[in-house]
Amino acid sequence: MPPAREELERVFREEYGLIIASLIRRSGSFDLAEESLQEAFSAALTNWEQDGTPTNPAAWLTRVAQRKLVDMLRREKTKSDKQPELEFETQRLQERLQDGNEGGSPPSSEEDLESRLEYQDDRLRLIFTCCHPSLSEEAQVALTLRTLGGLATSEIARAFLLPEPTLAQRLVRATNRIRIARIPYQVPALEVLPQRLASVQAVVYLIFNEGYAATSGDSLIRRDLCAEAIRLGRLLCRLMPDEPENLGLLALMLLQDSRRDARINGRGELVTLEEQDRSFWDRIEIEDGLRLIETALRLRRVGAYQLQAAIAAVHAEAKAALETDWQQIVALYAELKRINPSPIVALNHAVAVAMSEGCEQGLRLIEAAGVGGKLDHYYFFHAARADLLRRLDRTQEARAAYSRALRLTANQVEQKYVRRRLEEATKNGDA
Amino acid sequence: MKYMLLIYHEEQAWGGFTEQERQKMYAEYGQFSQEIIASGHHLGGSELHPCSTATSVRVRDGKQLATDGPFAETKEQLGGYYLIEAGNLDEAIAIAARIPSARMGTIEVRPVAEAAVPASV
Repeated sequence: MPPAREELERVFREEYGLIIASLIRRSGSFDLAEESLQEAFSAALTNWEQDGTPTNPAAWLTRVAQRKLVDMLRREKTKSDKQPELEFETQRLQERLQDGNEGGSPPSSEEDLESRLEYQDDRLRLIFTCCHPSLSEEAQVALTLRTLGGLATSEIARAFLLPEPTLAQRLVRATNRIRIARIPYQVPALEVLPQRLASVQAVVYLIFNEGYAATSGDSLIRRDLCAEAIRLGRLLCRLMPDEPENLGLLALMLLQDSRRDARINGRGELVTLEEQDRSFWDRIEIEDGLRLIETALRLRRVGAYQLQAAIAAVHAEAKAALETDWQQIVALYAELKRINPSPIVALNHAVAVAMSEGCEQGLRLIEAAGVGGKLDHYYFFHAARADLLRRLDRTQEARAAYSRALRLTANQVEQKYVRRRLEEATKNGDA
Repeated sequence: MKYMLLIYHEEQAWGGFTEQERQKMYAEYGQFSQEIIASGHHLGGSELHPCSTATSVRVRDGKQLATDGPFAETKEQLGGYYLIEAGNLDEAIAIAARIPSARMGTIEVRPVAEAAVPASV
């Protein structure tokens, strides 16, 4: 690959969110911003190969894209007389370009720093727009990956196993909704900020989980999704460093991600936490995660992400499965159950109790968590129940529960794990 | 930008209010209306008579068909509306959240198409 092209791909990946955020603020339009940036990228492709890569590629692209925006403004303006919505946009565009620096001469380093800081605020606005509760969760995820992550529509479609036109349409609907309902491009007012931030965090964690707990699909794209979620998590921490749940979320993702290479063995099978070769754990991610969760807990505003990260931290600190401080994990789950009562948390609490106090107690709590049938269609409920039944030598029941679990997952790794357990149980049952 | 705030509530629950509760609610609505008139957001609005007074009209093949009752039988019914002017959706949502019925029912916020199609307004 020619160096210019390579550099461009790197910039696209790393700076897309940064640049698009400032273009959206200047234009007030997702569509125009995206179009102008696409044109700037095309221009860069030919320009950089001829003249070499500029010293500040992001600034170069921003400047060119802004010029493209001005061109578009002129074109749209002639059409706008008949279309009031567009007129609104072009008016805003005009105002913004007037008070913004249109570029021309390359910015000095001080200006550069300033404009970078300004970009950061733009990305904070952008993330709240993309995760606005007026958009469906699916649209929030797609839009966040597209605009802040700079993922191509085709990449997002592949990651979510959707036909590309479906995803493209989802994005178009979302940007239309932003324009028509005038979803603002701003950090929400203080009185709604906690809920709105929670929905941003939920989107980031959803992206991570789609990559990590993958219910289906191939692993490489999954890995990208996790990396993207972690990148977004870091961004949130940089933008709002005093929010302990941002730190907790990032710590949680890092600590979970650190086990990635140990989770799946050479045969592509899922390896339980207990059986993982801990030398495969990513020490750098663990140390990063531990530091973050400590910082978060010192802020003394505990939340669900921090508690989950603290639980992951206890696992990370155990050199061997047998050294795990299950009592501490039980206590953390109990606290999590208190602030976030859900059958899934109750299930995890039960599994921790099984480890610290014994399978009997754990199984009793698992059955209790399953009362009401809310976990009936949840793979992990049946798999965890089956594991405990197996440990208690209740082979018949274990086999039934494994079969149930098998029917509930489309993930090949999980399927392989359950099939192996089923075979073992059948052998033991026959013996 | 104009937004329509459609107030959905359970007519039955409203019917079960005591006279005192009803007066209190009207007082709250009165105050809310005054506030958004004073702040310049208010463009219009009204309470609607219950669904039992509704007529639904359709024209099919040039023939007019009028039937009794609302367009759709739902658990909550359209009971009133405000037409407001707001800078963006977040501002409209913040105003919608102050409508007294938001505490029991649901307020649907709909951007008004101010546009091309010449409506009768």
